[in-house]
Amino acid sequence: MVAIADSVPKPAARFRFILERRGVLGSIMVAPAVLYVLLLVGVPFLMAVYYSLSAYTIYDPSWSFVGLANFEDVVEDPAFRQTLYNTFIFTFGSQILGLVLGKFGALVLLRPFPGRKFVRALVILPWAVPIALATVAWQWMFDSLYSVINWTLIALGVVTRSDAPNWLGTPYLAMLSVIVVNAWRFFPFAIVIFLAGITAVPQDVLDAATVDGAGFWRRNYLIIMPMILPIVAVGLVFGIVFTFTDLSIVFLMTMGGPVGATSVLGFAGFQTGIVSGDVSHGAAISLFMLPVLLIVVVAMLRFIRRREI
Amino acid sequence: MAAVVTRDIVKTFGEVPAVNGISLNVPNGEFMVLLGPSGCGKTTFLRIICGLERQTSGDLLIGGDLVNDMPPRARGVAMMFQSYGLYPHFTVRNNIAFPLKTQGIPGAEISKKVEWASQLLGIGHLLDRRPRQLSGGERQRVALARALVRQPTALLLDEPLSNLDAKLRTSARQEIKQFQQRVGVTTIYVTHDQVEAMGMGDRIAVIDRGQVRQVGTPSEIYNDPADRFVATFVGAPPMNIVARNGGYLGFRPENFLPKDMVKDMVKDAAFTEFQFRVDRSEYLGSERIVYGVLEGFDTNEVVTAKLPPVHVAEAWIRPGEWHPFAVRDAALRHFGNDGKRTSRH
Repeated sequence: MVAIADSVPKPAARFRFILERRGVLGSIMVAPAVLYVLLLVGVPFLMAVYYSLSAYTIYDPSWSFVGLANFEDVVEDPAFRQTLYNTFIFTFGSQILGLVLGKFGALVLLRPFPGRKFVRALVILPWAVPIALATVAWQWMFDSLYSVINWTLIALGVVTRSDAPNWLGTPYLAMLSVIVVNAWRFFPFAIVIFLAGITAVPQDVLDAATVDGAGFWRRNYLIIMPMILPIVAVGLVFGIVFTFTDLSIVFLMTMGGPVGATSVLGFAGFQTGIVSGDVSHGAAISLFMLPVLLIVVVAMLRFIRRREI
Repeated sequence: MAAVVTRDIVKTFGEVPAVNGISLNVPNGEFMVLLGPSGCGKTTFLRIICGLERQTSGDLLIGGDLVNDMPPRARGVAMMFQSYGLYPHFTVRNNIAFPLKTQGIPGAEISKKVEWASQLLGIGHLLDRRPRQLSGGERQRVALARALVRQPTALLLDEPLSNLDAKLRTSARQEIKQFQQRVGVTTIYVTHDQVEAMGMGDRIAVIDRGQVRQVGTPSEIYNDPADRFVATFVGAPPMNIVARNGGYLGFRPENFLPKDMVKDMVKDAAFTEFQFRVDRSEYLGSERIVYGVLEGFDTNEVVTAKLPPVHVAEAWIRPGEWHPFAVRDAALRHFGNDGKRTSRH
């Protein structure tokens, strides 16, 4: 008779199933993101705080604590106050314009029409094209001599050649120009956000509103908009954070000019801290973004949570 | 409140006809049920009545007015949707008030009417909640209150009970019916559930593939089906249909009983006898459903009998056995080769 062997318990391989432990696998998965944030966001942030409290420049890289003197200098500078004001105008102007364009773009793209897929792909382009490339194109469109916009306005008889607007040379028009370009860049993102939101509204709710007597505008502003507000607010938080800290369009199109009319915080911080080498004042300028962004983000997130439905 | 009349309504989506010529006359105050399998076009038909879809051809009259080209809000009808379509960001109060607000009714009157509708449905205590804080049954009442608050010309209900659990459904059925009788509003109720249709409808319109197969009271639909579709769609288990003499013979399972029982019941009236081979039986408490085939008929034609278990013991009816069964002649229905009824008996 063949004896059936007792099953000998194998020495447990201690680390064999280690990856199946939730805690271990989770930590491994999350580690790159945590490292990334710590090294590329956390460390530079702490360094910025450190620089802003010192008299550090690239010519005199010594650590001498000066307290809040840098911030005092910055706030007393009228050019900085102009920059702070510009940053708000630039951010909120382009966000509002982008949202309006995004909302109507989404409404257009919701209805089926021939070539809709093609148009949907096309609409994403401003977002996908490298910003440096797009800005060069826009620069030519706003050029004082070769502006295609002015050419069109003259051809239509709206303005004459002698009083054609100098888009990037007049303070208000320059601000309008950078806002338009930034809104142009942002609106595909807004369209995506709106499309996602609107398609998530149950058809029954829209039908009910129609039968209850709501026309197009009432359906849009009393039913759809409030229902998609949380998702739009998330998109807006992204838009505000990215625009508030952005310097690429200003840097590429106007260099903050004319006479500081389009200078924004990111650009001013870069100019002062890196180009001019006054790291401590540059850091102080950049840190002004923090409280503003913190307030905006916290307020928005609280709002979203309250509105969650 | 008004009568709803449709004349030869057709709706095609591309090439596919969803509604294929429905003419229906729903008098003022009637509770009309549209009964049909899913995909038969009953919901599309309802959406045409309320104006969410435009019919391809045909006329629609509400209260005697031709409303073909009127937008939904001008028709004065109210609709309650399968998943209710409550506005999630509004409180119950604002949900109910919404149809009044769109009509520009003054605020004082709105609150009076909201009060009235919420009292009527017993949801007065829920007015300040949001839909997500309500149970399924409460949501259904809110949707009903919203539909009724502006005293519509007609009330359209699209499978309003399908999201409720079975127990709640029974009581909600009662409530809707009682409530409709009290308010007296013309009601068109769409369902695929024959129990709802039989229990609630003043009349039932059985719809299949975009066409009305039969319109009649529940007892007409059940006892005198116009064709094989109606006969087999209504009733659980459905009417037995067997081929005979180039036509079809139909009889309800509850009329297909052991011969001795039929003999006792009918006294002198005529009955038709069948030899029934039992294949299997199901005990359901109040009844026993027996499946089998008839001698002399196609063995693919499964015949069911619904027997009262108190009268027929399990030992009596075993799989494989042959038994003499019978149907009163008055309960036999004859259908032609095309499926239509040929005669009353």
